[in-house]
This record gives sequence, structure tokens and C-alpha cells, in this order.
Amino acid sequence: MNAAAWGCLAPFERDFPIHPRPFAEIGRRLGMTEAQVLEMMRQGVAQGVVARVGATLRPHVLGDSTLAALAVPPERLSEVAALVSAFDAVNHNYEREGHYNLWFVVTAASVAEVTAVLEAIERQTGLQPLDLPITTAFHIDLGLRR
Amino acid sequence: MTRMDLPLPWENVARRLSAEGLPLTARPYRDLGRSLGLNEAETMRAVAALQHLGVVNRFGVILRNRALGFTVNGMCVFDLPDVRLAQAGTQVGALPFVSLCYARRRQPPVWPFNLFCMIHGRERDVVTRQFQQVRELLGTDVPADILISRRCFKQRGATYAPEATPWTPSTGIS
Repeated sequence: MNAAAWGCLAPFERDFPIHPRPFAEIGRRLGMTEAQVLEMMRQGVAQGVVARVGATLRPHVLGDSTLAALAVPPERLSEVAALVSAFDAVNHNYEREGHYNLWFVVTAASVAEVTAVLEAIERQTGLQPLDLPITTAFHIDLGLRR
Repeated sequence: MTRMDLPLPWENVARRLSAEGLPLTARPYRDLGRSLGLNEAETMRAVAALQHLGVVNRFGVILRNRALGFTVNGMCVFDLPDVRLAQAGTQVGALPFVSLCYARRRQPPVWPFNLFCMIHGRERDVVTRQFQQVRELLGTDVPADILISRRCFKQRGATYAPEATPWTPSTGIS
């Protein structure tokens, strides 16, 4: 399936059916069988297009998180990125243009645990991370408008 | 931004939806609930309640931007006077091309910026132009920068528990 074909799932990025047979319900709306929808989902996961059928949570409700960044010398970037990604508490880890070139989100059960992860990263890399927790969320919606 | 006291089974449902999501089976609520000690109806109620309470921002199929061609991810940052933050955040968050907008703590002197918004797009020029639109909205005298993504090293749902899911490196598709 190409990128456009996955667009049929866009309505289900929100308003996913809360129904005992949600994939049958989606199929009903798309003119597909339940088995076909499930197969499409499994393919989507296998191809990396579908991350999961699940939720994004409001920050700081079930735990704490922060956005952190490191200014990594270019020749060390791959090594440092791998080290950061290896932490289970790190769920996003991106290279970005700019002086601070490695950006990652640390999520854990408490502020203390988030801080401990940042300290461990600092110890292991010799680089001091920025620690930029959210103070106010104005708009969080990663469903893409197409 | 405060902690919420939720019934433990609901909290477990939220964690599961964030980390792994629903199982891809014909009766996913039944199967998810079974491993958490809830029946199908209770699980469905929990999911609806979590949405209603705002614990869940969004529940559904989570598509990966990059795999869909949204390869340019511009993190736009602004250094706004604190008194302007609430109004500016609401205005910027309402722009149709902005997918995330939040205020973050500054870290002076190395990081002066306190307003962040994320623009996902297919083309760099478009994202850059949209960044300029945000600048014009806020005033071009406001210090601003855009940090465009290069490689994605890791992206997955938050697990909230450090000992939870083991993670193995993927091919970098996100």
C-alpha cells in the first residue's frame, strides 16, 4: 500500500470505535470485511506505518516527562544517539539541525526518575542535557490533517 | 498538569494503550481486559472514561508521520514575554498546520525559548513558510528559531515505567 492508501485510516486516528468488534465496525464504514481490516492493520504495523492502535496521553497525568537536548559533536552523534535510545525511559529521540542537535523525550513514573535518567545520560556522555519540561499544553493532537 | 487519582484498572488500561495499544484481534477490548482483570464491557467503559476525563488526548490508529511522507518535522521555538504566553499559545495552537503547541521551561542563558510548536510537512519549503507565518502572527521582533528534524533514532509510545517494555532498535522508520 502506498502513503495515500493509508489515508482511509485517517478518520480512525480519532473516534476509534468503542465497540466489541471495532475492526468489523471500521470495515462496515470502509466497505471491507473485519478480516481485511485486521490484515491491513497487521501489515501497517509490519511496514512501520501504523505505530499502534492506542492512545496518546495527556502529559504529567500518569507520570512525568521532559524534553531534553544535547549539543553533540557531529563525530559522536551516532554513538551518543544509540546510548540515549538504549534508555527505556526515552521514547522519542531525534537528530535536529542546530547547536543542540539531539532531542529526546524522557518519560518515567516520577520527576525523580526523569532526573535520574538525565543524570545518567550526562554521566555517560559527558554532555549536559537541557531539561525543558512542559509548563502549559495548548494543543496536542498528532492526528495529521490530510 | 496535575496528577489524577484514577482507579488502578483504568490506569493500567491507559498505560497499555500508550505503550502497546490494543491487540489486533477481533475482540480487542475483551483480550486487552483479560490480561488486566477486566471484562470486555469494563474495558470499553474504561477507555471511554479515560477519553472523557482527558487522560487520553487521542485514541485511535496511530500512524507514523514519516512513513506517510510527512518527513519534515519543524520544531519552532519562540522567546515570548511570559505575560503573552497564554494568548499566543492558544492562537498558535489553533493554526491548522500546527500539530503540537506548548510552553516549556526556559533554561537561561543557553536556552531562552519558552513557546514551542511543531509543524509536520512533506516539503521543507512549505514548513519554513508556515514557520514564517507563525513569526508574523507573534511579531517578527520575537526571537525565534526552527529546528528541522534529520534522523529519527527512536520513536514509540511512552511506557511511563522504566522497567516496562524492552526496546529493540528498528530501521529508523518513524
